[in-house]
Amino acid sequence: MKLLNISSPHTTRALSTSHVMLWVLAAMTPGIIALTYFFGPGHLIQIAIAASTALICEAAVMKARKRPILFYLKDYSALLTAVLLAVSLPPYAPYWVTIIASAFSIVVAKHLYGGLGQNPFNPAMVGFALVLISFPVPMTTSWSAPAELMTASISFADAMQVIFSSRETMDAITAATPLDEYKHQVAIATATEIYQNPLFKGTDQSSFVLGWEWVSAAFLLGGIFLIWKKIYTWHIPASLLIALTLCSLIFGWDTDSYVPTTMHLLAGATMVGAFFIATDPVSASTTPLGKIIYGAGIGIFIFVIRTWGAYPDAVAFAVLLMNFAAPFIDQYTQPRTYGHNQPKRGLAAKK
Amino acid sequence: MNTQFQLHDFAGGIHPAQNKVQSTSSPIADAGIPEILILPLSQHIGAQSISLVNVGDTVLKGQLIASSQGFVSANLHAPTSGKITAIGDMSIAHQSGLTGPCIQLTPDQQDTWVECAGIQDYSNVSPDTLLHTIQQAGIVGMGGAGFPTHVKASAATGSIETLILNAAECEPYITADDMLMQEHAIEVISGISILAHILKPKTILFGIEDNKPKAIEAVNKALSDLGNVAIKVITIPTKYPSGGEKQLIQILTGKEVPSGGYPSELGIVCHNTGTAFAIHNAVIHGQPLISRITTLTGNACPTPKNYHVLIGTPVEHLLKISNTNIANTSRLVMGGPMMGFTIDQIQTPIVKASNCIIAATQHELPDPAMEQACIRCGMCTEACPAQLLPQQLYWFAKSSNLEQAENHNIADCIECGACSYVCPSNIPLVQYYRFAKGEIKQAHADKLKSDRAKIRFETRLARQEREQAEKEAKRAARADAAAKKQAEKKAMVPASDQTTPTADLELLQKKFDAAKTAVTKTKEKISVLQAAEQIDSSKIELMEGALEKAKAKMKDAATALASGKKPQDAANVKVASSLLSAAVDIPNKSVADEIEALKQKVLAAQTRVDKAAERYNMAKEQELDTIVAFQTGLDKQQAKLVDAKQALEEFTQQSEEAK
Repeated sequence: MKLLNISSPHTTRALSTSHVMLWVLAAMTPGIIALTYFFGPGHLIQIAIAASTALICEAAVMKARKRPILFYLKDYSALLTAVLLAVSLPPYAPYWVTIIASAFSIVVAKHLYGGLGQNPFNPAMVGFALVLISFPVPMTTSWSAPAELMTASISFADAMQVIFSSRETMDAITAATPLDEYKHQVAIATATEIYQNPLFKGTDQSSFVLGWEWVSAAFLLGGIFLIWKKIYTWHIPASLLIALTLCSLIFGWDTDSYVPTTMHLLAGATMVGAFFIATDPVSASTTPLGKIIYGAGIGIFIFVIRTWGAYPDAVAFAVLLMNFAAPFIDQYTQPRTYGHNQPKRGLAAKK
Repeated sequence: MNTQFQLHDFAGGIHPAQNKVQSTSSPIADAGIPEILILPLSQHIGAQSISLVNVGDTVLKGQLIASSQGFVSANLHAPTSGKITAIGDMSIAHQSGLTGPCIQLTPDQQDTWVECAGIQDYSNVSPDTLLHTIQQAGIVGMGGAGFPTHVKASAATGSIETLILNAAECEPYITADDMLMQEHAIEVISGISILAHILKPKTILFGIEDNKPKAIEAVNKALSDLGNVAIKVITIPTKYPSGGEKQLIQILTGKEVPSGGYPSELGIVCHNTGTAFAIHNAVIHGQPLISRITTLTGNACPTPKNYHVLIGTPVEHLLKISNTNIANTSRLVMGGPMMGFTIDQIQTPIVKASNCIIAATQHELPDPAMEQACIRCGMCTEACPAQLLPQQLYWFAKSSNLEQAENHNIADCIECGACSYVCPSNIPLVQYYRFAKGEIKQAHADKLKSDRAKIRFETRLARQEREQAEKEAKRAARADAAAKKQAEKKAMVPASDQTTPTADLELLQKKFDAAKTAVTKTKEKISVLQAAEQIDSSKIELMEGALEKAKAKMKDAATALASGKKPQDAANVKVASSLLSAAVDIPNKSVADEIEALKQKVLAAQTRVDKAAERYNMAKEQELDTIVAFQTGLDKQQAKLVDAKQALEEFTQQSEEAK
């Protein structure tokens, strides 16, 4: 056998990028189960639509770019993008919304920028933002009421019908998200009055929101698992949640005028955003301090857009805005290297 | 032992599979004397040593065969007795598989020692003498880098607070230090004590990773047997790269070696276990560094263990005595799996710094997987012991953005390989950094070169300008002098413009002549026309007009000529008078000059004649064939001299007469 001549190191850890993607997908399972339990099989269908669209687009682009198709499909990055997008979309959004968002995510947001590792923006959120701006009606009226508020649970057949053909059945199951509801009602009603709406768990003032707290808890669980697995570090989710909490405590202590803190944390896409979207490493800041600034920035933007913006949720826009800032943040947050007294910050001095 | 000792942690680090058990189950074996030994002249950092032997020389074991060149260099000794059979380039242990100058020794299998005397009691011996002994013994850092030990020990003498013995041995597979401590703890401690005698540190720390319990036990037992309380054995947690000098210092002292600096700046010096053993042998037994302990392991080796190996033993010999299946070996690594390098020639010799040989099978160290895209997951940042941003350095290296790579402290990368180890995308990060470091080094060298060239060019330009200016000034001065002279001359010869009136007169004369001819011609034409009885009166009128004009011109010319001739006469008188007055004065000067010049010519001719005569005489003395030519030359020169003298005389006479 010819002796191999190769540069050190000669041994590597058996954890590949594909494994990283699979671990993230695995960590999303509890959240997806919770979503399905409370809102019916809509998300599962959306995942299937988004995933097949994404994989087809990925393969097509790889073919066009003359790259080995299977090798790149097997890194599961397209699949992860699709799943992230699908859980962000309303469960009963029409199929074409999902297809457009998914295709846009992969073809434009990812591959037109150079493919995996090169995209400056979170592809799933680019796709989401596109359809949210382009098709606001189906995007805001396709959430179902939590299962407990419905007389009969949504069957798979019903879900298929709503997504693929008729919007008629939709009226029977549709409901605003609690966050959106509270936000619109708070202008004209007090907290107590708002809580009369069955969307919020009765009137017990706990302000826990039917179903959503379990979904959020499930995503939180998945996120903590990933931190424990050292797939990513605590910096981004922690700073995001802390910043959002602080903002809502400063402004939102008055629940008669603002959305309460607990609802900020548990009623919307905060947890999935903090642990699965903001942590996309490609488009996030990469230095330890940079990650904290990046996460905090997203937290602040989520609060600002939710409170004073027109859209029902804010995670996508907050993440995209901070994506812009990430390369800049990285330049100014270099850690102090061993043997140096000061960290070097900023661009290299021109010689 | 170290219950009270405060340990520190270093950033990052990894926990690769240890793979140390395989080679620690059997005691250190003797690798014996191979058929040939290949001794590279450069087994250390610093200047290559100079061979002292020739092919065919017979040498004894321990005899100096190549001496150090300068301070940062090391001696080389014959590891056994035998004959020098070749000196030249052979394949050596090198990152890039290069060849290098080597001495090839064919052992006579007698293993006859030169006489060597040790220092049994070094406590009364001066540190300088001990340092000299260490230097003479050719000892270099045996942990891998091969830095000459005497340099490290002497550069810091007097200022060292802490002496650290690096027994961490953090790389997987390698167990050379482990087994050395297990079997030769007393000698290792003796080596440290010698170093302590030289350096006089306040604290001596013996850092061992906690994955070597037998070694720790052996060292502790030896210390208590010796009653040595100065040396503190510190057990540190197993984490790669705790055995990196900078990391071990951080673990044990909490201090960081300044970027680009040395541990001695912190009052710390770090030596390797194997080095301490070599120092013991050199000082106590007077034996130079001619052998070391090397681990032979890997799945292709059926009996992994450590060997006492003579320096220069080809790897092939080790593989043979251990029945290693070379056909089954896909990769032969010298050093550990994290920082070692592959060798593709099994003849490559073991050198002073070779602590391990891994004969790995395909399954054990598989070929690297296809590189995937960097997703900036940051696992490398978490693993980096130098607190760098490997993912950023990767982008900068890949895009040759050297400025940014430098700004991100690529120079502080210790190339431990932790980043590559954890990278989920199988990116050979260290290779990218080596490339960037090389490029930066080259860029700096180029810049230095171009800066020098620039200075040289600018200096040259300045010099040329200065010279030009000087020339210009001289020329101006000369021109000034000439102008003054001219002015003087003018003042003395005021009628120098005498030629002008003459020229003018000539011109006027010509004009007058031309006008006269024109009048004549016109008259002729008119008469011709009249004679032809041409009725065309207009033409005649025209001709008559032309005649009038020609006549007028002739008149003008005549007037001008007449008026021009008058002042000319006056001028003629002036010229004559000035010529008269000048004749009295000016010629005298020029005559003197002329005489002087002629005299010079005579003198020059005289010199030439003398020289020709000399040559002629010389030729005559030596009876050369060229004498005829010289004769002719001499005659010619003499004739010229006569001519010159004549010219001088004639001129002198003439000028006398003129006066």
